[in-house]
Amino acid sequence: MALRRLVYNVTRNPELSPGGALVHAPVIPVAGEAYEVHEDIAGEHMLINIGPQHPATHGVLRLVLELDGETVIRCIPHIGYLHSSFEKLGEYRDWNQIIPLTDRMDYLAPLIYNCAYAMAVEKLMGVTVTERCKVVRVICMEMDRIFSHLLWLGTTAIDLGAFTVFLYTFQQREKIYDLHERFTGARITTSSTRIGGMMADLPAGWITQLNEFLDNFVPVLDECETLLTENAIWVGRTQGVGSISGEDAINWGLSGPNLRASGVAYDVRKDRPYYDYETYDFDVPVGEHGDIYDRYLCRMEEMRQSVRILRQAIERLPGGPINVDDPRVILPPKTAAMNDMESMIHHFKVVMEGVRAPVGESWFSVESSKGELGMYVVSDGGSKPVRWRVRGPSFINIAAIPHMIEGALLSDVIAVNASLDIVLGEIDR
Amino acid sequence: MTDAFKKGLEGLDQGPQPSEAAGDATPPPAGELPPHPSVDALREQFGDAVLRHQVVAGDEHIVYVPPARNLEVLQWLRDAPEHRYDFLQDLTAVDYGGGREIQVVYQLWSIQNQLNLRVKCELPLSALEIDSVYHLWRASDWLEREVYDMFGVVFRGHPDLRRILMPYNYAEGHPLRKDFPLRGRFSRAEQTRRALAMKTEDHYSPMELEIAHVLGQGVPDPFNAGETGGQQGQFGGMGGGG
Repeated sequence: MALRRLVYNVTRNPELSPGGALVHAPVIPVAGEAYEVHEDIAGEHMLINIGPQHPATHGVLRLVLELDGETVIRCIPHIGYLHSSFEKLGEYRDWNQIIPLTDRMDYLAPLIYNCAYAMAVEKLMGVTVTERCKVVRVICMEMDRIFSHLLWLGTTAIDLGAFTVFLYTFQQREKIYDLHERFTGARITTSSTRIGGMMADLPAGWITQLNEFLDNFVPVLDECETLLTENAIWVGRTQGVGSISGEDAINWGLSGPNLRASGVAYDVRKDRPYYDYETYDFDVPVGEHGDIYDRYLCRMEEMRQSVRILRQAIERLPGGPINVDDPRVILPPKTAAMNDMESMIHHFKVVMEGVRAPVGESWFSVESSKGELGMYVVSDGGSKPVRWRVRGPSFINIAAIPHMIEGALLSDVIAVNASLDIVLGEIDR
Repeated sequence: MTDAFKKGLEGLDQGPQPSEAAGDATPPPAGELPPHPSVDALREQFGDAVLRHQVVAGDEHIVYVPPARNLEVLQWLRDAPEHRYDFLQDLTAVDYGGGREIQVVYQLWSIQNQLNLRVKCELPLSALEIDSVYHLWRASDWLEREVYDMFGVVFRGHPDLRRILMPYNYAEGHPLRKDFPLRGRFSRAEQTRRALAMKTEDHYSPMELEIAHVLGQGVPDPFNAGETGGQQGQFGGMGGGG
């Protein structure tokens, strides 16, 4: 085939792509010939698939790329290979039975998903959890933020050829797995929250174990930084790659570290504080260039800030009950259920009929490790939701990938995809 | 088999059932609603386009607008300097079942003014069409595709409206509608047959097929390396070589 370059004859909306030929624009064929052929420019286009089974797509993402040599001309993502219809399943389940579905969405930060769902339902029901439960949930969420960022750091580094960091981060993740296991009995599918509280209080000695982890974790993070931050290969592969401006990032709906790396200081913990986040002393790191390197710096700093929040939370952890004293939602203690007729009937009704939520709806979001995690619950007054909707941050972040990589090199596709920190369980739901 | 177990299995072949306690899906209106700056401004600007104002879960404001006017209201909310809802948090839909309207829900956040607002449009089942907000927020690209895929709502003006989570040749309808059974509409055997009969082209969108046609090449089989369209792998393009 002759060397040629195809220029698609498409109309572009100048408002959407100011001056940028690399901005993804809708293909709207105009009348006449659909494309022109420039025979003089070298390069033969080809279509290739990355995924759905490819280690660098971090799951079952499939990117169809049109390449001109090594340059990406067009990128079309395909998702849905892991679709499990969690939202549909939720309509057949009690409010409490949905909790195990939530941690299977983002198995990299399961506790954040458990907490976010419970919070949305509690808001709908008008249940206020106890002070101890609030602090325990903050500890869970910040711990899982570190948990998720560590996986991101390790896998992104390994995608770009830095193997050592992966070993360091996974060693630390193993310690958080142990903390998960000791608290919830499971390493990944924690399912630890209940409407109105947690499934159990923290076990004895758990806080000591968490403190030990924090003491050992910060030096390891420093070590990872010495391996990467000024590493010439890392800097060369990440600076100026996959950048997106703050304005574009807002328009594309990016959230979390991906948005803040572009210079937009939007963090749900600061802008719509929940669980007294306004009383914790922590900073929100904001980048400047919106490229992979800034996303890396933001996440590194976020881990340090999470350590700060965790230390403050451990200090203020109050005593008292972990579950609300509200018979509508919480089971009676086991001993009472076995010895007292009233409590046994109560136990039976909560288990068999489920918790009932009033007619209404609630849209509640928290700052997850990936971005803004929204939970939308609609109730018709029964024990099952009419609609349970998850605004997955990865789903919206990955939608912007064509915008970031069109015009870049094939090798940058891997880097950009890794830098967005996606989890396919939540994209496909 | 116990009766409860049988009952549970039957449930798989039906859509989700409303609870016995369910009455009208809208909660009783509260007396005096707390004010919301954008709602007052919307009333002033658009008058009767604000069909209803509702406050749920304590502090969440919902504005109902007619589906025909969603674009002008949302554009104004995005651009008016004292509101500037520049961040589309979520776009989704709710089907209450029983032949009621499907609600399209826009959840907005203003980064600058720190304001939340939810805008809803109610679409009758006979006319599931609404203008796309693709040109206001690019975030709505995939969100609208998801609502189309799951509820069958058509977004006019969306440049690339096709299924997103379900396969492109999925023929069983729109899964999150209340009349859709949990198991799907087809039998398990039929679903398996269709999955095995998928052609390589079925894994591609029309745009990609057109590009491949223009380039003069077949589309590569995403599941069997080295295969291209027209030459079926042993397993008809699904699974197989991996």
